[in-house]
Amino acid sequence: MNQPYLKFEQIGMSFRRGQMETEVLRDVNLHIDQGEFVSMIGHSGCGKSTLLNILGGLLQSTTGEVFLEGKVVDEPGPDRAIVFQNHSLLPWLTVYGNIAIAVDKVFGGSQGKGKTKAERHDWVMHNLELVQMAQAKDKRPHEVSGGMKQRVGIARALAMQPKVLLMDEPFGALDALTRAHLQDSVMEIHARLGNTVLMITHDVDEAVLLSDRVVMMTNGPAATIGEILAIELPRPRRRLELATDPEYARCRAAVLEFLYARHRVPARAAA
Amino acid sequence: MQAAKIATSAVASVPVPGTTAEIVSFRPPMRPVLERIIDAARHTVSVVLPPLIVMSITLLVWQLLCSEPGARLPPPTKVVSDAWDFIVHPFYDNGGIDKGAFWQISKSLGRVGIGFSLAAVVGIALGVLVGQSTWAMRGLDPIFQVLRTVPPLAWLPLSLAGFRHSDPSALFVIFITSIWPIIINTSVGVRNIPQDYRNVAAVIRLSWWEVFYKITLPATVPYIFTGLRIGVGLSWLAIVAAEMLIGGVGIGFFIWDAWNSSRISDIIVALVYIGIVGFLLDKLIAVVGHFVSHGVSAQ
Repeated sequence: MNQPYLKFEQIGMSFRRGQMETEVLRDVNLHIDQGEFVSMIGHSGCGKSTLLNILGGLLQSTTGEVFLEGKVVDEPGPDRAIVFQNHSLLPWLTVYGNIAIAVDKVFGGSQGKGKTKAERHDWVMHNLELVQMAQAKDKRPHEVSGGMKQRVGIARALAMQPKVLLMDEPFGALDALTRAHLQDSVMEIHARLGNTVLMITHDVDEAVLLSDRVVMMTNGPAATIGEILAIELPRPRRRLELATDPEYARCRAAVLEFLYARHRVPARAAA
Repeated sequence: MQAAKIATSAVASVPVPGTTAEIVSFRPPMRPVLERIIDAARHTVSVVLPPLIVMSITLLVWQLLCSEPGARLPPPTKVVSDAWDFIVHPFYDNGGIDKGAFWQISKSLGRVGIGFSLAAVVGIALGVLVGQSTWAMRGLDPIFQVLRTVPPLAWLPLSLAGFRHSDPSALFVIFITSIWPIIINTSVGVRNIPQDYRNVAAVIRLSWWEVFYKITLPATVPYIFTGLRIGVGLSWLAIVAAEMLIGGVGIGFFIWDAWNSSRISDIIVALVYIGIVGFLLDKLIAVVGHFVSHGVSAQ
């Protein structure tokens, strides 16, 4: 079986609004191995989020298919849990409740992966501890900071034990210091659990720091994968040491060169 | 001790090098007890005083205007002395419709309770339907928009013709009056549920029913209660008017009865009671809504 773990095959996507048809993605092909951390970077409007939503099952591609472990992806599901950019916590539930709603559904009795009530409780707490939010379990989302909300969003996604963890600009709305803390947490968790991750980002440093490979998208319309850069920095990676690392600098320069020299945003789109 | 607590409670996973500084918290100096009592008293006075002053002036003007002989309405002093029996004996029951204020108001409140509860259940169900289905909205919305402007009493003859009894007719009038704001607000709430919540529901694969009671209902609660508050106010308006026409026990017919026997002072006292009850109903729904929505506002 030479089947890749996750495979995008000839993905194309067009949106139709009235008479206008916009082609967002064309001929996207990508293979991702199990346990790989892949970032996707590109200018606004290049269809990164669309691609992630197709993998998440929230959108149906116009052409092509996504295969996860050889099976076609055609609907949303907990095996492709999503960390949303704006955390998307349910404001009427506590931090604990926000994770429990997912855990109870995914691991509730009837669905094969059944866990008892006590096991589900332990699993919720385990995931809260993983993101260091156990002490805030009874708070409601509006009572905790933006960074903490996103930690809970990550814990909720991890708690579903997804085959692929999808992250849609997970740290985009956070300040630089909080973002750095969360990136470290995500690296730590990735090292411990070995998840397969597909992350969308705008941030070159974030992409290089976290990823095994950085997928660079060309500009839309009809965007596609322009180049894939393998980041061969040893793990664990520490941001302080990397700041002066020549390999890090080379990767960073390569991504910047792609984004700003070869695929500069056309002036009309930049406005 | 303080520093250690800070370090463990902070979300940082990066160890902080170097020494940790002692954290000293400053207590605000204790103010003298007397000063605090004076402050509290000053606050109370500033809240209580303006309404007291305005009310006193109103009563005084009323007293002056209605004191001269031949005045058509009784002044406040006369209202109190005329209606004294009605005010101090709210629980009397001489049989028939000759009952104290408490029984009159509870009968009306009972009608509102039944009619409004029905309106709440049906209104929320219809609101969810209209909010969730574009087809239902296009089909039903024009009907709602027209019917909601029909005044409560205009429904009464029709419902009397339909039910042939006064009690169900009164309930129907309350129902039909209070249901529109409930439907409309609920449907707006359902339509405003952020796509994010729907995405979350889709990813964890909630069933139709789970989406309804775990996502749709809680996300819509603030809107539903806005509708319920408007609805309960309208139903209280409707019941008083409807009771005037259908008769029997109830604060509405009490007023009509008092008018027919020229007990103007009783009418004025009844009006005050109606106002207070309406105010309390509104506050009750607001408090329940605040409690149920965990303080999550409609924004």
